[in-house]
Amino acid sequence: MTPEQLEQIASEETAARARNPRRLSVCMAAGCISSNSDAVKKALERAVAGGPLKDACPVTGVGCMGLCSRGPLVSTEPAGVLYQNVTPEDAGEIVGAVSGPAVERLQCSRELPFFKRQVGVVLENSGQINPERIEDYLAAKGYAALVQALTEMRPAEVIEQVSRSGLRGRGGAGYPTGLKWSTVAKARAETRYVICNADEGDPGAFMDRSVLESDPQRVLEGMIIAGYAVGASRGYIYVRAEYPLAIARLNTAIRQAKHLGLLGSQIGNTEFAFDIELRLGAGAFVCGEETALIASIEGGRGTPRPRPPYPAQAGLFGAPTLINNVETFANIPPIIRNGGDWYAAMGTQRSKGTKVFALTGKINCTGLIEVPMGMSLREIIFEVGGGVPEGRKFKAVQTGGPSGGCIPEQFLDMPVDYDSLAQAGSIMGSGGMIVMDDSSCMVDVAKYFMEFCMSESCGKCIPCRAGTAQMYDLLAKICEGRAALDDLAMLEDLCDMVKNTSLCGLGQSAPNPVLSTLRYFRDEYLAHIQEKKCPAGVCACGMKQEAGS
Amino acid sequence: MTPAVSDVKTLQIDGIDVSAQADQTILDAAREKGLSIPTLCHLDGLGDVGACRLCLVEIKGTSKLLPACVTRVEEGMEVTTQSERLLKYRRMTLELLFAERNHVCSVCVANGHCDLQVLGQAHGLTHVQFPYRYPKLPMDASHDRFVVDHNRCVLCTRCVRVCDEVEGAHTWDVMSRGIGSMVITDLHQPWGESDTCTSCGKCVQVCPTGALFEKGKARLVAKSRDFLPYLAMMREGK
Repeated sequence: MTPEQLEQIASEETAARARNPRRLSVCMAAGCISSNSDAVKKALERAVAGGPLKDACPVTGVGCMGLCSRGPLVSTEPAGVLYQNVTPEDAGEIVGAVSGPAVERLQCSRELPFFKRQVGVVLENSGQINPERIEDYLAAKGYAALVQALTEMRPAEVIEQVSRSGLRGRGGAGYPTGLKWSTVAKARAETRYVICNADEGDPGAFMDRSVLESDPQRVLEGMIIAGYAVGASRGYIYVRAEYPLAIARLNTAIRQAKHLGLLGSQIGNTEFAFDIELRLGAGAFVCGEETALIASIEGGRGTPRPRPPYPAQAGLFGAPTLINNVETFANIPPIIRNGGDWYAAMGTQRSKGTKVFALTGKINCTGLIEVPMGMSLREIIFEVGGGVPEGRKFKAVQTGGPSGGCIPEQFLDMPVDYDSLAQAGSIMGSGGMIVMDDSSCMVDVAKYFMEFCMSESCGKCIPCRAGTAQMYDLLAKICEGRAALDDLAMLEDLCDMVKNTSLCGLGQSAPNPVLSTLRYFRDEYLAHIQEKKCPAGVCACGMKQEAGS
Repeated sequence: MTPAVSDVKTLQIDGIDVSAQADQTILDAAREKGLSIPTLCHLDGLGDVGACRLCLVEIKGTSKLLPACVTRVEEGMEVTTQSERLLKYRRMTLELLFAERNHVCSVCVANGHCDLQVLGQAHGLTHVQFPYRYPKLPMDASHDRFVVDHNRCVLCTRCVRVCDEVEGAHTWDVMSRGIGSMVITDLHQPWGESDTCTSCGKCVQVCPTGALFEKGKARLVAKSRDFLPYLAMMREGK
């Protein structure tokens, strides 16, 4: 299909919208579906069909609108009203109010800081378009970046824009994306591959899932542009099987993109050919590690191998491979469309652009947010997130999942970027933020993450396999009030050893939750050990000992 | 352009000047010079996996410790193979292994011919600081000639690799993950019922401990591993 034909589809779609501006959008991402949004959607459809707006007000399923804790969410057009906690019984009232005053009892203010403080780049279409229709995406400037790259830019110019943008890998480590792309492009090889890492597995993280469920075409577009830039003709999306909705929408998206000639040969009527295949993960967290992921795609056991060589030099089937995270690819289309400098104007000195975070835990506004890099933790948690519920006291925020750490109150005014989080003993990670209040015991939190690492260790290298098991036992011992100070010393020794000797990132970062809680909440460890007391009242400290003595 | 195989690099290992070919690893170069770096999962003639972490070395200019068995030499590299830190980590790695399963030498068929035992002695291991885990693991004696005792296994995967790379049978593989990992035959059926096992016994010969042994011998005789480099050499036609 030629660029002109694609443009025509987009303008027809826009014209159809203009002819009939009335529309009801229901969030059909996993969060709202779990609170019954599909029943709400059916009820709205019935209410529309049985009323005066029959055939004049389409009810569309859209992607994530962000404020998951108030789902199911419904928005109306043209008024732009947002309704929260909608039940199927509310359908008639909402449909009746499409062209009149809003239903106040269900209204959710768009003026909330939760919405006001956000900047949509990755999530610009999320909650706006129907993720199952490529026409919606095209009408929202979709694939304009691809056409621009293919017809107006040389591959090196695409990479130049990505480098200029200052985009860093959103999977967690923050490696400069432009540098990675140029490394792969410069590798001497006949065949190269592009892989999208959608094996999101950190507890409390659902950024990638939401992007895939809400705007899958964007990820495909980013990958195709990447394929053009690095000279690859084949891409893989490695998505965990625990995300059935994301998989279904990706499959739909790939089918529709193929149908319009945006995947396959002669993309956009040019010489460029690119295909994307889905590969499903079988439930191993370690397969999010790039070399393990590659081994899994190759059909082997999903275990990491030592780097170097890095995948950019020798990756999938031994060929140079570009592997980026979902959010990284989702950033590419707007960067190409608006230029790298536009993107670099957002964020901080060394962390550019925006970042999507999943806010969970003890926070009022649970959900998905996108904010500029450099916003302080206080603004994210207390303004955007609405603070800690039930008047309890904020204690710490856990970022970066099992590879990250717990950041205490004194760092709340720290700007959130890759470097400052690392300085505070945590990591940016993929963007999960678990807020904890004073009812959480930090030793218990560390134990939880260590249990996660222990059961997700692949077992290949000794420090991670046996070390995490020993550390977990020590943490359990501390929690149960059976530990002595020697055990704490042994735990610290093991943390140091496992961090420095493990083969892959999983083992190397497994001690982080322990190290960061030891750094900021050592007194809690000591209370468990010396006073056999859990200050937060979470652990059943000393119970066993009393029962035994 | 890939560098020609004959490219020679010069580097320093523990302060000693060493020359090596560009495709050689630090371990190759060190051993050629008579310098010892402890290894467990490595075996000459098998592909390396860098899993046991005993051969980790320090390289000037890199904060990360790198496994000598898979890290290629580079011009001007300054490698330290013995430092207080490395020795501490190696001892801890060995202690983690001893505590992981059941490694009581006095009642083991491999006593006197065990790589783990030798490594323990070489590192002056007189006791293990970590609590022993003593998992209850099975033995499989269903094969006519061989036995696998999972309690002695250190998961070095030498058996997996020799079976796959040298014998070409791929009878062995690893099941499960983390602390629950286990080597298995075929799809975890008894070894004696394996369709793919050729009974060649190579796995038994390469096993570093008493996990794999021959039936009918109360004491293991020294394992024979000379065939491996020979086979590898003949295959590559070097």
